[in-house]
Amino acid sequence: MVENRPWFDFLAHAILVLGVVLVAFPLYVTFVASTLTFEEIVNVPMPLVPGDQLMANYTQVITAGSNKGSSAPVGTMLFNSLVMALGVAIGKIAISILSAFAIVYFRFPLRNFFFWMIFVTLMLPVEVRIIPTFKVVSDLGMINSYVGLTLPLIASATATFLFRQFFLTVPDELAEAARMDGAGPLRFFWDVVLPLSKTSIAALFVIQFIYGWNQYLWPLLITTDESMYTAVIGIKRMIVTGDALTEWNLVMATAMLALLPPALVVVLMQRWFVKGLVETEK
Amino acid sequence: MEKRVVFQSKWLPYALVAPQIAVTIVFFFWPAAQAVYWSFLVQDPFGLSTTFVWFQNYAELFRNQHYLDSFRITAIFSTAVAVSGIVISLLLAVMADHVLRGALAYKTLLIWPYAVAPAIAGILWAFIFAPSIGIATYVLKRYGVDWNWIVNGDQAMLLIVIAATWKQISYNFLFFLAGLQSIPRSLLEAAAIDGATPLRRFWTVVFPLLSPVTFYLLVINIVYAFFGTFGVVDATTQGGPAADTQILVYKVYHDGVKAADLGGSAAQSVILMIIVIALTVVQFRFVEKKVQY
Repeated sequence: MVENRPWFDFLAHAILVLGVVLVAFPLYVTFVASTLTFEEIVNVPMPLVPGDQLMANYTQVITAGSNKGSSAPVGTMLFNSLVMALGVAIGKIAISILSAFAIVYFRFPLRNFFFWMIFVTLMLPVEVRIIPTFKVVSDLGMINSYVGLTLPLIASATATFLFRQFFLTVPDELAEAARMDGAGPLRFFWDVVLPLSKTSIAALFVIQFIYGWNQYLWPLLITTDESMYTAVIGIKRMIVTGDALTEWNLVMATAMLALLPPALVVVLMQRWFVKGLVETEK
Repeated sequence: MEKRVVFQSKWLPYALVAPQIAVTIVFFFWPAAQAVYWSFLVQDPFGLSTTFVWFQNYAELFRNQHYLDSFRITAIFSTAVAVSGIVISLLLAVMADHVLRGALAYKTLLIWPYAVAPAIAGILWAFIFAPSIGIATYVLKRYGVDWNWIVNGDQAMLLIVIAATWKQISYNFLFFLAGLQSIPRSLLEAAAIDGATPLRRFWTVVFPLLSPVTFYLLVINIVYAFFGTFGVVDATTQGGPAADTQILVYKVYHDGVKAADLGGSAAQSVILMIIVIALTVVQFRFVEKKVQY
């Protein structure tokens, strides 16, 4: 900038630091609570420095859950969350890239109709069709199964749009050259389109992994068996009525375990994350 | 925009769209159609017979004080979440755009809450504000504030607003930051040379140029507050105390799953669908044209 205003620089840093601290405060309290004993937490005010129960609390929840609430081991839940997140992310990318390829590289009757069908799913989030969707899934016998957890969520208008936009920017010469060399559409898809789409796939994967991991209403409805709980559902089941009875040290250890994997994905894959976020929403 | 070069096949394009279309029909269109159909039915208390009643479920909903209250609560909640989220993240983004040193570190430290599930965000804040053991409750008590969101409706609302906003700040922040970074430096430098103070430059140059992003985020935040916050409510207040935090999405779930009122819940689903459709249309019309400035 053409001017120098030291007080403004200082103010900017001060506001940012305050923002970072406020944003991080709940995470810090959660971490501290997950290293304390139950007695230390209920003895108000709880200490704000970590205790020595880190190993004990995490080992307990991973292998045996909580004592007073749900006793399902969090290890199993984390595995279920991982299966769900990977299933949703890979499923969405796979079926969207195929339909976008068909819509961009072929002319066929009903092409626009299919495109609009996919578009309209944007307007039908799970929350507005809870009970009928649950009924369909239960009629299909998919309650308490990984298929039931993932399949109903994998239609994706945003992913299809993103791939469609990207394919439209791929030079026509590539398809022409492929055709002249005698490559069919599938060959072209596999050898040219897919390698070119790597960046878009990585960006979408980050966004959809987080989306799948953080699902709440859907697993809440279709998992009645403790062994099928995802981590996010499992925490809720550990909280018993009355906040002095809940074993907050164990709940908070579970919360840390449930939020770390997606948070690490965001921080470590920041570049793809930002790209995916900004592009899928266009 | 269309491709000039296309492939020829009678069956292949259908096979390629088939998986996606199958999922949309079975899990989206069929259930949505069912919701519309059920919304015209009334079931007897034992679930043995159903009668077709046209719009009776809708008429009853709009005569029902609880439903109207839920509308009011949702309006307050979504306005509070959208406005506070946008104001806080705009402030942070402007500052992050201004500083030269540590910009990337600030960004990394501000974006991670995006990865936290709404339900977990709710639990984190519910713990800090827990009536008997919460650390914030303890501080508030020392300043003479009687804090107990389990019994106080306004405090319960404040709690879910804080949790929902906290989770959304990172999303807004990234969009504002991207918007700010696309503003040509020369414009700001010209204004600075003309003697405009930073505050004046913000209101006369930066903010008008950000209006498309702000409008887009306003719509997205309202959609988020309407539909994305189910987890926040269910993990904390569960719509209580009484029904003071029962937002529309939570009421559909509550009436349909817990109270098993099929017709009434279906009618609410249909009304929500109309709201989503309206919001999506607003969002896409804006993306087509962009806001004028």
